Amino acid sequence: MKRWHLIAPLVLFVLLAAFLWRGLRLDPRELPSPLVDKPAPAFSLTRLDDASRTIRRDDMLGKVWMLNVWASWCEACRTEHPTLVGFAKTGTVTIVGLNYKDTRPEGLGWLARFGDPYAMSLFDEKGRVGIDFGVYGVPETFVIDKQGVVRFKLIGPLTPELIATKIQPLLKSLGDA
Amino acid sequence: MIPELGQIALLLALAAAVIQGTLPLIGAARERADWMALARPAAQAQAVLVALAFVCLTSGFVRNDFSILYVAEHSNTSLPLAYRIAGVWGGHEGSLLLWLVMLCGWMLALARFSRSIPAPVVARILAVMGLIGAGFLLFMLTTSNPFERIVPVPPNGNDLNPLLQDPGMVVHPPMLYMGYVGFSVAFSFAIAALLGGELSAQWARWMRPWTTAAWSFLTLGIMLGSLWAYYVLGWGGWWFWDPVENASFMPWLAGTALIHSLAVTEKRGAFKSWTVLLAIVAFSLSLLGTFIVRSGVLSSVHAFATDPKRGLFILAFLVIVIGGSLLLYAWRAPKVGLGARFEMVSRESMLLVNNVLFVVAMLSVLLGTLYPLLLDALGLGKISVGPPYFDTVFLPLMAPVLFLLGIGPLARWKQSELPALAKRLRWAAGVAFAAVLATALLAGRITLGAGFGVLMSAWIVASIATDLAYRLRPIGPAPVSLWTRIQTLPRPLLGMMLAHIGVAAFAFGVSMVRSYEVERDVRMQIGDTTEVAGYVFTLRGLRNVKGPNYDAVQAVVDVRLNGTPVALMHPEKRNYRVQGTALTDAAIDRNLARDLYVSLGEPVDGGAWIVRVYVKPFVDWIWGGCLLMALGGALAASDRRYRAKHPRDAAAPIDDLTATTTGTRPLEAGA
Repeated sequence: MKRWHLIAPLVLFVLLAAFLWRGLRLDPRELPSPLVDKPAPAFSLTRLDDASRTIRRDDMLGKVWMLNVWASWCEACRTEHPTLVGFAKTGTVTIVGLNYKDTRPEGLGWLARFGDPYAMSLFDEKGRVGIDFGVYGVPETFVIDKQGVVRFKLIGPLTPELIATKIQPLLKSLGDA
Repeated sequence: MIPELGQIALLLALAAAVIQGTLPLIGAARERADWMALARPAAQAQAVLVALAFVCLTSGFVRNDFSILYVAEHSNTSLPLAYRIAGVWGGHEGSLLLWLVMLCGWMLALARFSRSIPAPVVARILAVMGLIGAGFLLFMLTTSNPFERIVPVPPNGNDLNPLLQDPGMVVHPPMLYMGYVGFSVAFSFAIAALLGGELSAQWARWMRPWTTAAWSFLTLGIMLGSLWAYYVLGWGGWWFWDPVENASFMPWLAGTALIHSLAVTEKRGAFKSWTVLLAIVAFSLSLLGTFIVRSGVLSSVHAFATDPKRGLFILAFLVIVIGGSLLLYAWRAPKVGLGARFEMVSRESMLLVNNVLFVVAMLSVLLGTLYPLLLDALGLGKISVGPPYFDTVFLPLMAPVLFLLGIGPLARWKQSELPALAKRLRWAAGVAFAAVLATALLAGRITLGAGFGVLMSAWIVASIATDLAYRLRPIGPAPVSLWTRIQTLPRPLLGMMLAHIGVAAFAFGVSMVRSYEVERDVRMQIGDTTEVAGYVFTLRGLRNVKGPNYDAVQAVVDVRLNGTPVALMHPEKRNYRVQGTALTDAAIDRNLARDLYVSLGEPVDGGAWIVRVYVKPFVDWIWGGCLLMALGGALAASDRRYRAKHPRDAAAPIDDLTATTTGTRPLEAGA
């Protein structure tokens, strides 16, 4: 006599439960970036405030810096902004903005209105560099070390908590190295 | 003092639940009437104690008692009273308490309306529900205590999540939980049947109104959630295939299969073990939904604050409840048996196809929802599954369901003839094609999706009309008046027809919106106009509005059609003071033919705003259809004969889906 149809639901459920048990120890919000521990993609962009000055990746070699992707059309960037402005005031690290798929007047106007935490902002009008960096949603933040290697990536807004628990310890270890 | 009272009430409720879950069960096994008789009073005691705890927590919210951690986290003195009360279920702990209140409500109803059911059966059913209650009480008391105190007492609370400060959100969770928890009744019936080793047609009749009622609540709950997402999230979408939405949709799909399978079990004594399995699955999916929402295994826009310890507890609970019942199923289902046989073309076979399609649809939603987790657990990377998957898989599965819905109710039990069926449905098919043609002419264009949606909706309605006309035809030499004939139609039959018309309305709304909606995101300054689908929207002004606990920018948008004013709309962008969150409050001008939908996006330079302007034809039919389905379910469940006390009444099958097996109105006489 075939009894498989009686046991099948149970077997399926046991499999499901095993996956759920495994799933409990994973964090769905943690998105690994293929870029972490790889050299930052090369770029060559003009500054947001000065179209005649071009900045390349290699100009940034030799110091630890933070790249923050933002845009004037991005609601979450507004949320993140006060945190970033506050963090910039501590002078812990050079923060470079990547103004993503925006226009110069709107981007500059936004900085004038809400404050400018950036040492400079790079203007990525078409979002090409954003693609190279694997930008998934704005805002995003990268920490890049002295050798030009990406050491950290965050999707979504920075919070004071994240800065205290993730960014600052990382910066400390990179600064010593 | 009051929180401690609530705490004690919960502890005592746990004791009552343990008694309710054990002694009557042992009593039923040993045939001891006195032990079985404990089921009802124990259920009543548990209900009173849980209600007391709920009142205590509510009073904490009403009195702004921020010494209770949960109140401090989810309320604020500036929160209006209605939302302070809704705040009781605005977070994890309180919504668990609401869950328990609902469970107790169902238990009380069962204890009250089960006089016609034999004592051992009632004892087993209430005992299973008692065990479920005990599990949830234990969960609350060990990991999610709503009465926990906080020292020092904060001067004010953290406010309720602004997304939940909405009339729709006040009623959505209770309705949804009524549905989720209502399936526990069907589940308990199924477990009791497995324990007792019998599932008769009589059994199915007892189970049907409960299952249908729970299904109606769930339908209503899902509808309210979708309606809420439509106007609060500000994108004008009504369904996002978000894991939490799916978590409520899966039990609905299983429940829909169950109420149809129960019809077969009652009328024909067939599909027995299948019915039992579906009852187990429907409730298991409700529990799984709880797990998905609370444990953080899937990321979702709705997710509550998550805690791995809670996740582990729920998982253990799931394994015991679901694993235990499936084990019981594997062991005892052969005792319950399969039931009567039927032919290839018959109402049974159509309902079997219905069941298979619903279960496959449910499994595909389950797979899509859990797929990211499966890949992640296997170390194959992180992905997300979105609407493209669900649309591609789900729509082809629902298409045959719609088509069969036009045929099934007209087919006879046991054996039906295809040619006779085709003959009866000829003109329904004609009407359906005419409706597609009319839509194409009126709209000026038609898409495949819209054509199919209209075809199926008209087909379903015309088929129901055919059936109704036949059942209401004058019989005999001196026919009674039409009104008398309408009154003789059984409620379950009318309920089924109403629900099926709801399906047609839903399908019509969905296909119309998908094909004919116009969405435009525009940058508008004061005085700017934009034209969408013939409507001219003018931004007349912007003003600041002060709400009780938020500040808002409100736009005044004037809408004209061919120069005549249609509506004056006031979309808002709110900023809630305590949590500092921004929220979009869309303005919607509704009527049956279309919704005008305006929401404020982001402010841009020079005082301008990005404004989303949508025209959505027939979108309200989506929710209207759901409402009809829920009403149909309620009508069907309300038939008194389900609760008949006299064995004589109970012995005659209830004439809902079938006029053919009983004598009152032979559909195809001489069969």
